[in-house]
Amino acid sequence: MINKKELQIAALQNGTVIDHIPSDQLFKVVSLLGIEKLRTPVTIGYNLDSKKMGRKGILKIAGKFFEQDEINRISLIAPAVKLNIIKDYEVAEKKLVQLPDELIGIVKCNNPKCISNNEPMKTRFKVIDKEKVTLKCEYCEMKTKKEDIVLL
Amino acid sequence: MDQMKKKSFVSVADLSKEDILRLVKSAESFEKNPNRKILEGKVCATLFFEPSTRTRLSFETAINRLDGKVIGFSDAATTSSSKGETLKDTIKMVSNYADLIIMRHYLEGAARYASEITDVPVINAGDGANQHPSQTMLDLYSIYKTQGKLNNLTITMVGDLKYGRTVHSLIVGMSHFNPAFNFIAPEELRLPDIYKQFMEEKGLYYKEYTDFSEEVINGSDILYMTRVQRERFTDLMEYEKVKNIYILKNNMLKDSKENLRILHPLPRVNEIAYDVDDNFKAYYFEQAKNGVFARQAIICDVLGTNHPPAP
Repeated sequence: MINKKELQIAALQNGTVIDHIPSDQLFKVVSLLGIEKLRTPVTIGYNLDSKKMGRKGILKIAGKFFEQDEINRISLIAPAVKLNIIKDYEVAEKKLVQLPDELIGIVKCNNPKCISNNEPMKTRFKVIDKEKVTLKCEYCEMKTKKEDIVLL
Repeated sequence: MDQMKKKSFVSVADLSKEDILRLVKSAESFEKNPNRKILEGKVCATLFFEPSTRTRLSFETAINRLDGKVIGFSDAATTSSSKGETLKDTIKMVSNYADLIIMRHYLEGAARYASEITDVPVINAGDGANQHPSQTMLDLYSIYKTQGKLNNLTITMVGDLKYGRTVHSLIVGMSHFNPAFNFIAPEELRLPDIYKQFMEEKGLYYKEYTDFSEEVINGSDILYMTRVQRERFTDLMEYEKVKNIYILKNNMLKDSKENLRILHPLPRVNEIAYDVDDNFKAYYFEQAKNGVFARQAIICDVLGTNHPPAP
């Protein structure tokens, strides 16, 4: 059975549809994925009705498939997001975004005395609590709570 | 620690119960026979990006007693890092010369980072406010030596429990051995919540006090004293109120257990009265001496050097 919603998604020939983005995070997601730098057609849906979320955002990006570390970037601010990978008008794959066990080069350490803020190097964090989103710097060993996370 | 990989000694949190017991036994064997030619032909670098005379001398004594050679610096002001060289470049350069790097740095996580960018084993001799794991090993060895065991001991920690990294690391190191902890500190310098959570997760007993009472001392096997520093207080009135409360005097020990020993990471200022020094329960000077044996054990462990136990 094909309903209107699926038709809209299937209208992409090749690309990625990112659904269930919390409305208040939509433009952060746009910026984190570097969508403003793309030269392919992008549809941005903002404040759409959602049974589950009340309001949601959606992104339809033609001709773009994201690498794992790009997807990891959004998992921090929009953990419930769903990615539909569209190939030849069909949903080729559905991906749930999940927090990885380790975040490399994505989050800034909030400790000014951490080596990662003083050397030209990538930051490394262990995700020690996936539910509460608590990170631990693998260098200075300081913990960062969800509300204190600063992205690089 | 993975035996197959290059070993480094960076954080107490990396050590398993077996690692700690192996190092303690090894330190014991070095105490029986500290002068051995285990490091003959080896060059050890001691890189002290911030000065720490006590720790550096202890490491260099350990190396010298094992017949190793020492290169290095005791103050970053005399090195290229003062010209803006990155830590990475300094470590890469020294790795060409040395078989082992022992480093002290003012930035937290520096030793971990160094261990990632070189094939030479790295020993952390202190990274900012984060870790000082060789101090923890000498504390653990001192506890083992004076009590004959590490299991099921009551450890009372006194003073600055908020900023004292030796306190935090000792909690982590002892957590494998079912200890009971008493924490005695002024309100402003109480143990941070993350360590309480850690003990709760491990199912360890602990109790907090603001009074330094004989009752708590009398139930203890180890009394671990630390310095209450004036500069830690935002409210100097508060400091004036508490500065003389956390001083151990000899008459407070009259009903303490026979096996009680008093430890202190040193330097002390006034938190242990001088009349305690003559009490046989005062152990802080021998504790510092144990540092050499604990560091000999750590050095040989990271180098994977076989050393038969002393006869």
